[in-house]
Amino acid sequence: MTEQTTAETGVPTPAEIESHLLEFLEARTKSAVSPDLDLFASGLVSSMFAMELVVLLEQRYGVAVVGGDLKLDNFRTVQRITELVLRLRDA
Amino acid sequence: MPMDEPQHRLTVVGGGVMGSSIAALALGHGVPVTLVDLTEDVLRVTRENVDRQLRHAQLLGALPEGCAPAELVTTTSPAAAAEATAVIEAVVEFSGTKAKVLAEFAALTGPGVPLITNTSGIPVDELAEAVPHPEDLVGTHFMNPPFLIKAVEVIRGPRTGERTLARVGSLLTALGRTAIEVRDAPGFVTSRLLHPMINDAARVVEAGTATVEAVDELMRKCLGHPTGPLATADLIGIDNLVDSLNILFERTQDPGCRPCELLLEKVRSGDLGRKSGRGFYDYGKASM
Repeated sequence: MTEQTTAETGVPTPAEIESHLLEFLEARTKSAVSPDLDLFASGLVSSMFAMELVVLLEQRYGVAVVGGDLKLDNFRTVQRITELVLRLRDA
Repeated sequence: MPMDEPQHRLTVVGGGVMGSSIAALALGHGVPVTLVDLTEDVLRVTRENVDRQLRHAQLLGALPEGCAPAELVTTTSPAAAAEATAVIEAVVEFSGTKAKVLAEFAALTGPGVPLITNTSGIPVDELAEAVPHPEDLVGTHFMNPPFLIKAVEVIRGPRTGERTLARVGSLLTALGRTAIEVRDAPGFVTSRLLHPMINDAARVVEAGTATVEAVDELMRKCLGHPTGPLATADLIGIDNLVDSLNILFERTQDPGCRPCELLLEKVRSGDLGRKSGRGFYDYGKASM
């Protein structure tokens, strides 16, 4: 019943979300990523990759990115992505 | 939509990578789509893919503002195509399969409705005998993802009618795309140039001259290629690329078009690119 325990005890903290996103991005890009790096302007990821980030957030944090939130600007940096998750989770 | 603009209603045959992404492009531009494929299981996956592509297009700001997505109907019944103002077949790249599908839908739509074969390389005129009114038949080569690529290669077969070309032009305008018309030939322009180049890029990796990453980075940063040839192969689908190279090789006998062993090996091991989760690059899981 590991999942129940996790659901009961552990809502990821902002630091944990940020850390997980950095880990995911560094694994995928094989490059160092800082929380305020512009992922698209830096050329580290393509805009094609943005949808993978949407799916990752929806699956991992149970949020739905829809309507006006579905815009590239929300995914420009790890900081912004973290803010989006927190906002959607608390909504 | 103003009264003087034509009301388009598209039937897309085939819910694979291109069929679903063309459908998403049309829906996002307010053009209703009936998508026909063989089984409900395929259609279920197709609906998910269309939805995902629509969201991706919205994410990238690639859809017109204030335009509500049009209605998608999915069905296994070809009869639903009777109301279409144009039919796009986006089935597998085999002349025989395409000819059969075009013949079936031509009988349902009647004369004057454009029958569009979406292909990366099969000459349009090879399919003209399959339809009762060859002047209705025209080719398109949408590139993946259609919502990001602003132009579409439009292939005028030797028997394609002016009216058909005008109607396809009107449809593409409604979809926010620019039509670039070319004559009929194996691979037309884009595949004739791009696919042997990707084949050579794979050969360079095969020979150990450079890594996949180095090939793409050089092509991007030195030669201005937007994605790099091997990342492009993953986007096309390596199985589709091999099919297209075979089509080119069979018709031109250009040895540069014979698929190299590395491409064939990737197809054998199921590493087909983004759609299978891995090709030249690892995508973690399947994505379109």
